[in-house]
Amino acid sequence: MSQPPAYRREQPGSQPASHSPGYVSTIARSPRQPLVILPHTLSEITGPVYGHARIGPLDADLTRQHEGEPLGERIIVSGRVLDENGRPQPGTLVELWQANSAGRYIHVRDQHPAPLDPNFTGAGRTVTDENGVYRFVTIKPGAYPWRNHPNAWRPPHIHFSVFGPSFVTRLVTQMYFPGDPLLAFDPIYNSVADPKAAARMISQFDLATTVPDWALGYRFDIVLRGRDATPMEA
Amino acid sequence: MAETPLVETPWQTVGPFFHYALPFEGGERLATGATPGTHIIVEGRLLDADGAAVPDGLIEIWQANAAGRYSHPEDSQDKPLDPDFDGFGRTPTDEEGWFRFYTVKPGAVPGRDNAPQAPHICISVMGRGILRRLVTRLYFADEAANAYDPVLGLVPEERRATLIAAPGGDGTTYRLDIRLQGDNETVFFDI
Repeated sequence: MSQPPAYRREQPGSQPASHSPGYVSTIARSPRQPLVILPHTLSEITGPVYGHARIGPLDADLTRQHEGEPLGERIIVSGRVLDENGRPQPGTLVELWQANSAGRYIHVRDQHPAPLDPNFTGAGRTVTDENGVYRFVTIKPGAYPWRNHPNAWRPPHIHFSVFGPSFVTRLVTQMYFPGDPLLAFDPIYNSVADPKAAARMISQFDLATTVPDWALGYRFDIVLRGRDATPMEA
Repeated sequence: MAETPLVETPWQTVGPFFHYALPFEGGERLATGATPGTHIIVEGRLLDADGAAVPDGLIEIWQANAAGRYSHPEDSQDKPLDPDFDGFGRTPTDEEGWFRFYTVKPGAVPGRDNAPQAPHICISVMGRGILRRLVTRLYFADEAANAYDPVLGLVPEERRATLIAAPGGDGTTYRLDIRLQGDNETVFFDI
């Protein structure tokens, strides 16, 4: 058997540091020993092919999961899942979760005194089509306070979870909104030290996917780790 | 390394509020009664620098079936596939930091250059305060093949024990605690 075609190693500076003291919870939850570099084996170049059977027809439309419509600004979030070589990733599971328009999660541990919305859960899932495209209908999440430091506010964001074709390509990120003044103060966003790299988490307003008289469109392409261009033979 | 046209999107923490979105029913149960192989429980606690429980962690595992084959198109080994075993598990940690999976012991899969690897389970650790996934592996203490495993061989000898799960008295429960920092910090891999 030839050597498994490996994935590229991480591009330096593209990812947050696990130990980012501005985000206080990382201090006791990040390793101090150096990571051990693991050359990819069959265990890493394979990964879960999961979820297709569990997708319901309303899972990608967060505005239609209840009796009535949720309050807030209706938006369409769409984009492509690509690898670093620009190749679309079809058939991959995309999961998302978010706060409601008032900045409150339905989660029991969220004690922010903002109203829950009986018509909004804030969780969705879909599978990318043959061109790697996904599309969600939802409402724009609100900002909310947290206890990281005095007067700390999370910028509005949507959590994304993506599998891609292998264990290596797994990605969980947060999508932010363009022009948000809170980004400059957010230690989670700024845990990605290189501003150019951090900006890859900001969606773009997109008139082309905006539906007239109905909802604003935001585009957010998600890039997963790509294959090495030159697979090595054993 | 050549420049790539695109660069991987940055990781961000799953935060504390993923519980209503990511865990799914049966996520901790990879094997059913009919799954071929040795049925085992893999469990442990997720602990922080002070040895305190991490009650808002999320653990995912990825493993081969009992025959040593991954349920994935790129595993072309001539070994049986089990249509009911996809090899993926996901569970949140509980209030005391416990996670627990019901699965079968994976068979051995080949490593690079066809060097044999000891049976192992791939683990992703996520949670509030964990900005990017931490990757580790679980090996089984009762496997002689551990001595020759090429990945364990990359790990400084004095730290290998952090990857090796000990069987409990019943012989079917393997425990591996994951220590994010501090004494006996778990070995995490850069993949």
